[in-house]
Amino acid sequence: MRAVWKDPDRAPPKRPVHRLTTGWPTLSLAAAVGLFFLFPLFYLVWGAANLGGDFRAALSGWGVWGPLGRSLLLAASVSAACGVLGSALAWLTARTDVPGRRLWKMVAPLPLAIPSFVGATAMLAAFGPGALLSVAPRPEGFWGAFIVLVLFSYPYVYLPVALRLENTAPELEEAARVLDGGFWRMARKVVYPQVRGTVLAGMLLVFLYVLSDFGAVSLMRYDTITRAIFSSRLLDRATSLTLGLILAVLALGVAAAERGLSRPGPTASRSGARQVRYRLGGGRWAAGGMIGTVTAVAFAAPVAVFAVWMVRGSTTVGVGYSGLGDDMTFLIAPLLDSAAAAATAAVAAVAVTLPVAFASARGRGFAPAAAAAAVSSVFALPGLVVALAVAFWAIRAPAALAGLYQSFPLLILAYVLHFGAQSMGAARSAIRDMPPALPEAAQTLGARRGRRFWTVKLPLIAPGLISGAGLVMLSTLKELPATLLLAPIGFRTLSTLIWGAAQDGFFAEVGVASLVLIGLSWVFTWLLILKRRPA
Amino acid sequence: MKAALARCLRPSLLLAAFVCLAAAAGACSGGEDVVTVYSGRTSNLIDPLLREFAADSGTDIEVRYGQSADLALLIETEGERSPADVFISQSPGAMGFLAGHGKLRAMDGEILGLVDPSFRNQGGRWVGMSGRVRTLVYNTDLVDPAELPASVFDLTGEDYRGRVAVAPPNGSFQDFVTAMRQVHGDEATLEWLRAMEANEARTYPNNTAIVQAVGRGEVPMGLVNHYYNYRAQAENPNVPSENRFFGAGDIGSLLIVTAIGIVDSTDNPEGAEELVRFMLGPVAQTFFSERTFEYPLAAGVQPAPALPAWADINITTYDFDRLGGGLERTKELIDESGLEGS
Repeated sequence: MRAVWKDPDRAPPKRPVHRLTTGWPTLSLAAAVGLFFLFPLFYLVWGAANLGGDFRAALSGWGVWGPLGRSLLLAASVSAACGVLGSALAWLTARTDVPGRRLWKMVAPLPLAIPSFVGATAMLAAFGPGALLSVAPRPEGFWGAFIVLVLFSYPYVYLPVALRLENTAPELEEAARVLDGGFWRMARKVVYPQVRGTVLAGMLLVFLYVLSDFGAVSLMRYDTITRAIFSSRLLDRATSLTLGLILAVLALGVAAAERGLSRPGPTASRSGARQVRYRLGGGRWAAGGMIGTVTAVAFAAPVAVFAVWMVRGSTTVGVGYSGLGDDMTFLIAPLLDSAAAAATAAVAAVAVTLPVAFASARGRGFAPAAAAAAVSSVFALPGLVVALAVAFWAIRAPAALAGLYQSFPLLILAYVLHFGAQSMGAARSAIRDMPPALPEAAQTLGARRGRRFWTVKLPLIAPGLISGAGLVMLSTLKELPATLLLAPIGFRTLSTLIWGAAQDGFFAEVGVASLVLIGLSWVFTWLLILKRRPA
Repeated sequence: MKAALARCLRPSLLLAAFVCLAAAAGACSGGEDVVTVYSGRTSNLIDPLLREFAADSGTDIEVRYGQSADLALLIETEGERSPADVFISQSPGAMGFLAGHGKLRAMDGEILGLVDPSFRNQGGRWVGMSGRVRTLVYNTDLVDPAELPASVFDLTGEDYRGRVAVAPPNGSFQDFVTAMRQVHGDEATLEWLRAMEANEARTYPNNTAIVQAVGRGEVPMGLVNHYYNYRAQAENPNVPSENRFFGAGDIGSLLIVTAIGIVDSTDNPEGAEELVRFMLGPVAQTFFSERTFEYPLAAGVQPAPALPAWADINITTYDFDRLGGGLERTKELIDESGLEGS
């Protein structure tokens, strides 16, 4: 193509750089939201300073570097693996003739809804000597944590990438196909640049999530920094808070680095266009086998364990403890509470983080970048730290807001703080990939800002917003610490029910409630993502 | 596309509006005669009693369930404005944390008199409700009962290399180590912890994980609280696991209490005291003995016949406030031994 434009005088007119008009309203909203997301960090700073937590002493002690290094190693390797696995699954289910596509589309996002402590417990019950499948090796240590975390967090990459692949520009691929560049070349030169930003955003979420995870690493006995935060939380609060601060600062840095890595690729020109579907030929059964294996381990294995627990518990008569009865009505209230919390949190998180996504997607300058990093950093903190930070500020709020403490709106606020990174990341990559031509055309035709937003930009980025909402919803469904500490009294979700039953060792109840949780996640995923897709 | 988005959002918005209204309505309820409990005991283990108390006394009870340690942290974080009136803890460690931070109210002497001094805080800030005994759970397929140790100190021997599970991050294990320090001194305790580490003891996050692992045969035996195995057996009687209690007076058979205390900032001290009295009364104590397989601590109720008699377990008085940073030192020793995080 370069040859055509050899004559410097006839160089192509420079494409006008679309100035995504991030006006003052968006910028100041973004800054305000960013500030709001810094409150957990302020709490950690205040607490650590007040208790005489010594940042330098905490860093100079040998005790920190080991766990910190292991946290980083685990986060880096899990996010790399999720980047590959999530993208491959998304591509196979969205763009190829792999057998069982419809089934895989339904099942693939669901492992995200399984709380990691339940998932890890189920994995331990499923694989290894003495477990249900005793020929398999027992998952533990680094590899145990790695496998469990990859299997339960690849949907952070899969979900946004699958939606993005439905909305890439088919004409680029068609052109490439006509030119016959070969399959891999086309994948590398045409498809990959279009999803690159989305994959990176998903990998960042995985990275931050792994930093925050406590359930899987503690059950797999892999010693990370969250373990240190938890085991010192009562005994040495200064250290616990200081370690939390280190984690938050680390997350800020990682979020900033991701911003540096991502650069805009070619944008979609039409949305909802008919996509190129690749024929895998003889490889389709191998690809189907690969997806089947992943979903078997990530989804079917835990589900089978839950079913075994449920059946076993309901057929034995306990000594002093009644097993599961026939009465399953105890599940109804938690089911409704879970659904309400997840749906509200998803909508709220998308709405709250949208200004930051817009301001930081293409806008330059410090404020948008800082706001985006602040939103991301909260996701790397353990849920308990976020919950305590919210409690700390809420109970010290002015008297007029006193009624808000431990109310439903406050709980939603905690979810938004903790999971806002997910909706922001998905929205931001959608905005980066938005074709500038349409908003420009609308502007030329004299559409005002508000009208341009509602009729042009929002429909263009809707798939990204929806995948972000889906991620927040699945995360909220399994959230535990904030729900326990901040929900209105009597508000019980499926995940608090599962936690209580696991504490008591009532695995039949854990099993049945986990199955209901997965069912609810499936309904939500279907409503949000699958129903609106062309088959 | 816009229509599609609207279609997706509408039901969730309606739902959200409905829930906000419901929550607002809920926030208006409550009043003078409410006792708010933060409970580290799960609903299954305490809810029937709280209901009965509410029905008997006409007092409304509101309960927030969570991990004992997390709820203690929450009460400390909330400070003067804490909604909590009563704190129920699964471990004396979390209760001691609050007592140490001056967040618990001194109890009436008449209430304290209901419980043996061994089972309550020396400063009168909290009392024990029920007790659990430390024990060694073992896999009957993998271990011959004859080779089981008589004392927890024997576990450092060559016979048990790599065969014993412990849960250093768990509150009960830490309470046990604290008691060992009181009885045998810091030096002997550190020596035991180091020897356990050198003997390749396997670490798990909590009691339930150990009992599950022993049941699967992943590890032949483990140090846990006594009642977890009864629950595992209740769900699946085929699990080849059993409890072995150490010899009489051995620190390995330590009794660990679950505790109840009144939060300093309570606005309903009478209701709170009434609830504490109820928990030490015959109804509650019988519940602990018969329903939860714990040791009752008051009202003359006897433990279940399947459990070792009082005379065969170790009842050591230890007081976290009096020890002064007792748990902190325990944690230091555990860290120093290298047992955790291997």
